[in-house]
Amino acid sequence: MISFGMTDEQKAAQDAMRSFSQNVLRPKARSCDEAAKLPEDFLGKAWELGLTMAQIPEKYSGMGSDRSPVTNAIILEELGYGDVPLAVAALAPSLFANAIVDQGTEEQKKTYLPAFCGEKFETGSLALLEPGPLFDLGKLKTTAETSGKEFILKGRKSFVTLGDRASHFLVIAKQGNSRDAFIVPKDAKGLSISGPQKNLGLNAVPFAALELGNVRVPTSARLGGDAGCDVQKIINNSRVALSALMVGLARGVIDYCVPYAKEREAFDEAIAKKQAIAFMLADMHIEVESMRWLTWKAASALEQGRDATKEAHQAFVYAAEKCMWIADNGIQVLGGHGFIREHPVEMWFRNARTVSVLEGAAAV
Amino acid sequence: MPIDFTLSERDKGLLENIRASALIARKYARYYDEHEESELAPEQLPEAAGFKRPFDEKAHPYNPKTDSGMAVMGMLQTMAQMWGDYAVRLKRQKGGLGNAALQAAGTPDQQKKWGGLTLAMAITEPGCGSDPSRVQTSATLDPKTNEWILNGEKIFVTTGVRAEGVVAWATVDKAAGRAGIKSFLVLKGTPGFTVAKKEKKLGIRGDDTAAYVFDNCRIPRENLLGGKEEVEKEGSGGFKGVMKTFNMTRPGVGAIGLGVAEAALDFTREQLEEAHVDLSYGGSLASQTAIAKKFQDLETLWEASRLTVLRAAWLAEKGKPNNMEASVAKAHAGAAVRRICQGCIEILGTMGVSREHLLEKWLRDCRITDIYEGTGQIQRLIIARTLLDYTREDLK
Repeated sequence: MISFGMTDEQKAAQDAMRSFSQNVLRPKARSCDEAAKLPEDFLGKAWELGLTMAQIPEKYSGMGSDRSPVTNAIILEELGYGDVPLAVAALAPSLFANAIVDQGTEEQKKTYLPAFCGEKFETGSLALLEPGPLFDLGKLKTTAETSGKEFILKGRKSFVTLGDRASHFLVIAKQGNSRDAFIVPKDAKGLSISGPQKNLGLNAVPFAALELGNVRVPTSARLGGDAGCDVQKIINNSRVALSALMVGLARGVIDYCVPYAKEREAFDEAIAKKQAIAFMLADMHIEVESMRWLTWKAASALEQGRDATKEAHQAFVYAAEKCMWIADNGIQVLGGHGFIREHPVEMWFRNARTVSVLEGAAAV
Repeated sequence: MPIDFTLSERDKGLLENIRASALIARKYARYYDEHEESELAPEQLPEAAGFKRPFDEKAHPYNPKTDSGMAVMGMLQTMAQMWGDYAVRLKRQKGGLGNAALQAAGTPDQQKKWGGLTLAMAITEPGCGSDPSRVQTSATLDPKTNEWILNGEKIFVTTGVRAEGVVAWATVDKAAGRAGIKSFLVLKGTPGFTVAKKEKKLGIRGDDTAAYVFDNCRIPRENLLGGKEEVEKEGSGGFKGVMKTFNMTRPGVGAIGLGVAEAALDFTREQLEEAHVDLSYGGSLASQTAIAKKFQDLETLWEASRLTVLRAAWLAEKGKPNNMEASVAKAHAGAAVRRICQGCIEILGTMGVSREHLLEKWLRDCRITDIYEGTGQIQRLIIARTLLDYTREDLK
């Protein structure tokens, strides 16, 4: 049945994240952007929310809540509203752990998951993106060759979230005609980690680049074991998570523009009283709504265990375009002030441009 | 019920039923497009028997725990019917926009008395469209005979020729502005009420659009919808009540346009697949053709629009306010269907403009979506006022 109704649990999670967003993320957003660094205590504080361990089964020391991509989408919208870079950093452990929860072998779950259920921050990281133009999910340049006993990984990865402190990487590589994911420890021979990269936006996130020069891992390091895994599923999860963050970012822009436009006067009245501005705001609202429902629909397909490839693709492409468009208009509503770093809209503009090209840097 | 976007078996059954009859309707799409003057009832068409596909309610009873709600299904059913053909669907429809007004504003007695008729809705006048508070048609009470006397002209009355009666907006007190506007039920055949004209249009030619003249037209006193004769001094409570009619009709109009746009998308997809264009989702921009990307963007736009329509309907069926969401749905769909039908023609090129196919007709049919029941601009005014917490006086 078609229903847009949140459960009481989802509403509670939304409220909790909304206050974390207001009290923790928003106040730190600008200073982290300027310093291009995560605040000292931030990852620890975010860890206390239990985002990662909540969805790890009790069997592996987690809290055993059901994996719910829909609840995650609701949570991520709130975190994205607070600050996308901090949200991306806080989510890095989940994108690694959830891939193992969803597709790992029993052995892999036992080996890797308990580490994410302790009191101290712990992270692995997904390594999907590659440097250079024309990155194509269907034609990865990183390869895995097998000798039967082990896999040999070659290639380069970029935009690896928290790559500087991850204990393991989930490296997506081309294996014959298909794609597979491999769990690679940070001290693997032949792996070099560099960074942080400097970018247009998401400045607070330490993104690393990986160079895989004949990195050898045992066959048991392949996610899903001999059966392998469905890489598209990891991508779909990532796309939905990014879409949810972009919904939050876009909503934040509107919420900032509305009071500004009511306050700012031109030609003897608030600029919000002019249709040129009022219609821009209305259009921004129309689009943020559409972005959210597309995201929910894709998240719901993931949750129901259906193939969510089409839904996730639609949600991501639409959200990416409209989030950028809304952030862009946010600057326009503020005019010259939108260009000045005293206001957050220029930062949101840079973050929107950056997050919307990050296929696979966040997945919950 | 938790967040869900899937259809139950019953939901699917209902929609498949409509699709099957819509496919028959499509056979007559061109006929009605080319015979604008025709008032031939679809029931008289050679394959009319195919329209009647009663759904076996006994075998598939409604289960509120698993099946979609009435309003949401109403939107999906509208889309499925319009996917077949606009004209055939509207001509078969019992009831018009006036029936929605009767439901929203009529007394129980009035609903019982006129609910079975097909009622049109007459708001627009030669001098006023988007701003109905400027209505000039007047209603004057004759206390001697207990009758209202209507005088004025109405245009763009949807289904106005075929309707058995009309809900017409008229002012009982011009000085009172919006508060003076009331709606009146006028039956066809009432002396002084004439259908002056049937319009010739760009699209939806099978759906008649009339112009009315009220010339000292006398109607019984009890034909005032809702029965409230007094004019409120402050505010516009009564007017707002009438405007509430739009909270379901606006998403409904979105659904109408989206059904037409879906037909255009389906036709275009068939052509592209026949030409072996890879339309699969999941990959990156780097490996897509421009045509595939363009088509997927249109398909995505359609889905986004559909969800805003369903959202507005879902709120309504939950008894939650949906004034703003109804406008979001209408504004989104109005713009989306224009772009979708235009985009499909861009993709198929000259094939898209040939009258050998229906695509050019769908472009013409969908164009009204962004105009009637409040233009896209009016919807944006409503959305902006809500967003900014502004009154009509603050922002107009």
